[in-house]
Amino acid sequence: MSSIHLHSVSKHYGAVAAVDDVSLDVAQGEFVTILGPSGSGKTTILTMIAGLNHPSGGSIHIGGRDVTALPASQRNIGLVFQSYALFPHMNVFDNVAFPLSVRKFGARETRERVEEALARVRLEGFERRKPSQLSGGQQQRVALARAIVFKPDILLLDEPLGALDRKLREEVQVELRRLQRSLGITTILVTHDQEEALSLSDRIMVLDHGRVQQIAAPQEAYLRPSNRFVADFLGTANFLEGRIGSGSRSILLGSGQAIPCGPSALPEGARVTAILRPERLALAPHGPDGMLAATVSEAVYLGQSVRYHVETPSGPMVAVAPGGRGGFAAGAQVSVSWQAEDVWIIPDDGSTPG
Amino acid sequence: MATIRRFPAEFGYVLPLLLLMLAVFILPIALMLARSVTQPEWTIEHYQNLIETSVYLRVLGRTLRIAVITTIVCAVLGYPLAYWMRGLSPQRQVVATALVVLPFWISILVRTYAWIVVLGNAGVVNRILLDLGLVGAPVAFLYNELGVIIGTTNVLLPFLVLPLFAAMVRIDDRLLHAAESLGASRRTVFRRVFFPLSLPALAAGSILVFILTFGFFITPAILGGGRVPMVANALDLLINQFARWETAAALSTVLLVVTLACFAVSRWVGARGATS
Repeated sequence: MSSIHLHSVSKHYGAVAAVDDVSLDVAQGEFVTILGPSGSGKTTILTMIAGLNHPSGGSIHIGGRDVTALPASQRNIGLVFQSYALFPHMNVFDNVAFPLSVRKFGARETRERVEEALARVRLEGFERRKPSQLSGGQQQRVALARAIVFKPDILLLDEPLGALDRKLREEVQVELRRLQRSLGITTILVTHDQEEALSLSDRIMVLDHGRVQQIAAPQEAYLRPSNRFVADFLGTANFLEGRIGSGSRSILLGSGQAIPCGPSALPEGARVTAILRPERLALAPHGPDGMLAATVSEAVYLGQSVRYHVETPSGPMVAVAPGGRGGFAAGAQVSVSWQAEDVWIIPDDGSTPG
Repeated sequence: MATIRRFPAEFGYVLPLLLLMLAVFILPIALMLARSVTQPEWTIEHYQNLIETSVYLRVLGRTLRIAVITTIVCAVLGYPLAYWMRGLSPQRQVVATALVVLPFWISILVRTYAWIVVLGNAGVVNRILLDLGLVGAPVAFLYNELGVIIGTTNVLLPFLVLPLFAAMVRIDDRLLHAAESLGASRRTVFRRVFFPLSLPALAAGSILVFILTFGFFITPAILGGGRVPMVANALDLLINQFARWETAAALSTVLLVVTLACFAVSRWVGARGATS
């Protein structure tokens, strides 16, 4: 069990910065997710922590020790690859026993530890199977057992659930979180799946083009994104551009209409983008009480909810309403409304929102 | 039903080749096998003759020895070469592969005679050794087993390197990274993961080289200078010099059986590789 400390880590490939000045502190036992689109540098960060790739600049500390120049084999890190990377010529037992055998464990302790690790991932009785005889979910659990069997200081997971179907993924997510809590092991997960990031992590680091966009707890990142990229990448967001109105309690949209918002510290006239989450929007039959008049262009029934695509004078918006009876059909005239405090404002000059 | 209806159509595509193989390959082999046991009547006398005449056993023993040594030399030279090629950038891999294949474009006869220029008593290698004073008299590289092994290895090395390289390229780097992250040193990664995964291809390539050496004709004929006849050269003598077709047929059958046995082993190794 160890803390992880990245200090302004960079990785350059020629003139391209795959990872650009990334700093991150992960506390002992914490579960942090690195979230970003493909090519954002998230896997590069993970391989640098694992020691399979070396930073062009900056330093990496694990448990207070500088490991920047330490080879992967000496870092005592459990790593689970997206492809699982199980050794195809070994059976399940030998795969899980591999990290123990390279550490010269005795036969008896190896057997006990492998049995315990396989029990933790609920794969007792699979010892003699070859990886090719296992389903994707089972292979994933073998990879996990192999990564925890030698009691590593930290656990790194590279899109471990990416190859599983949705139903199985949700199950394994729950199991993974349970396992991580029971082991109390410091864990970094890399994913492009925002739901996975939100549901599993203590904190999320959002990455784009190798740069940190935000490091925050899931709810914080979702409700108070630091910029448009984070807002857009974490779920769906509606963006309304305008200027802070008089008294800083409203935003003057480009259409000339003013919409209410929570109190803002920004000066009157500052150019801002208002962010509204779809589930915070309410639709009502067109009337004087609404904040924005709109026309429903599409209503998508999703079972638990209905997603409405609407056209407003300030552009298209998306609203999500509970999937009860009634609702609106395409073409209906509606008004969109929300609570003033549900509006999150980010300044367009790139400074920190608040 | 679909399979049955489609069968004649697909059969039509293979029919020309099948007839050709039957007429010029299967039938002659069957006739040869028959000749070895039916001349002048049903008999195993020709096989007894093979065992009782020490010259045939010597030829078989020499052929076996040369085939084993050539296979080992090819494996020892080819494995590091294929391993090195695997680590190159894709562009350099293309160049390296082309260089390995290059000898295929040159006639085997030309290549074999080239070895005489290189290894003969007045050849390049001996001149250098003599000039450097490393040897007092020219080293006899040619017209002995050494010459045959050098020539055969040169001709057959690509048959081992190419399939081995192809198999090594398919070994996923992430397996090696995973092993390293699990605490294995570079050497352990090679010994426990890379080598076992490349072993089926090494075995298959080695068996291929062994089979090809076992029936080799041109290289031992030229570089052996008639002094190191292998099975194929003995067959040539038996048929073209002595017209002893029955003995030749019996010896051919032995060659065929050894080759088929090797093929069976290679299939078995391949099947084991596929399931693991």
